[in-house]
Amino acid sequence: MQHLRPALVLVVLFTVLTGLAFPLAFVGVAGAVFPRQAGGSLIERDGKVIGSSLLGQTFTQDKYFQGRPSATSTPDPADATKTVSAPYNAGNSAGSNAGPTSKTLIDRVTEDVGKAGANPVPGDMLTTSASGLDPHISPATAARQVARVAAARSMPEGRVREMVVAHTEGRLLGLIGEPRVNVLALNLALDAQALDGKPAS
Amino acid sequence: MTLIGWAQIALVLALVFLCAVPLGAYIARVVQGERTVLSPVLGPVERGFYGMAGVDASRGMGWLTYATALIVLQAVHFLILFLMLRFQDRLPFNPQDQSALSTQLAFNTAISFVTNTNWQAYVGETTMSYGSQMWGLTVHNFLSAATGIAAAVAITRAFVAGGVKELGNFWVDLTRITLYLLLPIVLVYTLFLIASGVPQTMAGYVDATTLEGAKQTIALGPVAFQEAIKMLGTNGGGFFNANSAHPFENPTALTNAVEIWSELVIPFALAVAFGHIVRDRRQGFALMWVMATLMICAIVACYAAEGAGNPLLTAAGIDPSMGNMEGKEVRFGTAMSSMFATTTTATSTGAVNAMHDSFTPLGGLIPLFLIQLGEVVPGGVGSGLYAILVFALLAVFVAGLMVGRTPEYLGKKVQAREIKLAMLAVLILPLCILSGTALCLVLPNGVSSLANAGPHGLSEMLYAFSSATGNNGSAFAGLTADTPLLDYGLGVCMLLGRFAFLVPVLAIAGSLAAKPKLLPSAGTFPTHGPLFIGLLIGVILILGGLQFLPALSLGPLAEHFSMLAGKTF
Repeated sequence: MQHLRPALVLVVLFTVLTGLAFPLAFVGVAGAVFPRQAGGSLIERDGKVIGSSLLGQTFTQDKYFQGRPSATSTPDPADATKTVSAPYNAGNSAGSNAGPTSKTLIDRVTEDVGKAGANPVPGDMLTTSASGLDPHISPATAARQVARVAAARSMPEGRVREMVVAHTEGRLLGLIGEPRVNVLALNLALDAQALDGKPAS
Repeated sequence: MTLIGWAQIALVLALVFLCAVPLGAYIARVVQGERTVLSPVLGPVERGFYGMAGVDASRGMGWLTYATALIVLQAVHFLILFLMLRFQDRLPFNPQDQSALSTQLAFNTAISFVTNTNWQAYVGETTMSYGSQMWGLTVHNFLSAATGIAAAVAITRAFVAGGVKELGNFWVDLTRITLYLLLPIVLVYTLFLIASGVPQTMAGYVDATTLEGAKQTIALGPVAFQEAIKMLGTNGGGFFNANSAHPFENPTALTNAVEIWSELVIPFALAVAFGHIVRDRRQGFALMWVMATLMICAIVACYAAEGAGNPLLTAAGIDPSMGNMEGKEVRFGTAMSSMFATTTTATSTGAVNAMHDSFTPLGGLIPLFLIQLGEVVPGGVGSGLYAILVFALLAVFVAGLMVGRTPEYLGKKVQAREIKLAMLAVLILPLCILSGTALCLVLPNGVSSLANAGPHGLSEMLYAFSSATGNNGSAFAGLTADTPLLDYGLGVCMLLGRFAFLVPVLAIAGSLAAKPKLLPSAGTFPTHGPLFIGLLIGVILILGGLQFLPALSLGPLAEHFSMLAGKTF
């Protein structure tokens, strides 16, 4: 029982220090120094929050570049014990957790490849991401969508291709990370260009 | 596989080893009570803590007292976390009105964080209040990490001199490790994470209206501070369900590289610190070589498997040049996802930046096997060092049997008592992992938790029990883990995996400390040369790994050959 006092007191002291004081101090400091990042890198357009620059969102229209398939779900409104598919649900991140020999996975991908036209398709295009919120696609996946987006927006393909290139992020110092295109940023730039009638990248 | 993928892996590894050497020297100073650059600032805080807790810092503890103090702290902290989670709905900082956790889930989660496992049977963003994340889980991340390091330091002291009765003072070790080692790094790390885009806010979730007009609820919270200690303390419990795959926990390729670095640097530094404390730095570097050799082999194997892609998907029309991208993020790619998966299981972190459940069979076998080896390459903070020391004792014992001499390690005779205790510790892994998996695979309410059919289902259950017993916390996450059977079953395995290993280790420490320290003679087997390094690697693979091969051949290996034959389940 000689240990009870140090155990209790140290747990309380460290809880105050590392569980309250520092986290809250960082909330304060971050709010002052990095308000955008600390708040989730939210993007506003016309005064409304339209998403986060770090999170993907669902795009179905032809005029938008589309992200990767997402395996996130949400509770079924009809039966709370079940879930229904809800892509890019940023309140419930998840991957498919389908194993490499999962019939469901292989059948789903086979069907989607059939719809996608010329194959092989890039590795990220029809596979789900780990978080279900991947904001990026590979440059190869973006390139396959240029013709569709250009047609839907009546823009020259060359112009759309230029914007994809402008929105392609390379590796840090030429080494770290993989080349990628932020889908939401690219689509926002396309919309802005449509409004202004001039280049927005 | 690409050259640039290998280059990224090599760069992060180089930075780990480069930093581990000076950090090891610093850790040795901290745990030996010496002055450090931070003493002027932290000294008064430290003494204030001892005063309030009634700790006499000059009083040493025998192994039994040390172990008792450690267990009392964990018991108290378990109870506090359990109650916090059970009554989360009545506590402040709960902007999303998260309800209280069920008894089974609160039990499982509290055990999980006390044992440094951080298994997540819960979904962070739909289960935990900001308060629970901060004063519950984050504090445990600090203290369970410091506890592991303290235990490793205690056994290290057994080798310093002869006829020693005391292994140090647990309260002092805990306090100094938290204040001087973990906290300063976490402070800098948190700022870096926030600047990179990891949120740190008390504001509630945000409803966004997407470009196409749909509603997207964005989960937020005080993520950055927790993320820093989650990786540095090899804890691994994510703020969000998707863990380090979530863009808010790991937004860029750079944060990803830093997260991998930060889970490796202390475990390797502790091997260096071991050399400093026993006053023979070569001994520490020998352990580091063993850890590094096995870990690098594992990274190469995992990246080779993942980088080649899934032949079934290739046949379906997916270009394999990016590797197996199912369950991986574009910004990390296959190389840094494979490295993360390997390092998170080579340590006891268990964070994930890609879904291990969707790895190719051999790519998924690597993390699973690393956990089953006992997480010694380099293992969790502290737990890696004390576990590899157990294997080192077994290695000199095996060498002693071969030449017919009483084995010694660092001048301490290793005799029947130590070997019995070492085997007791080592056997807890196969006992819990294999019998737990077998039991749950014959019980209907165990089988109903599986998400995948065929051999992959067996791998899911095997992974769960390996992860719990090894105090890792990563998962083949398709498994439905929040059921009474698995919440309680895995909870018990986590407890045994931590404490039924740790207590025999401290008993070994007590027994070795009391023995005289012999000077090396012509017949002493040197424990810093390549021969010992090779022997120790062999002992780890044979004693740690061999008993799992039958189970692995039924799971990942069977699946691999099914995949090559084009079979799906």
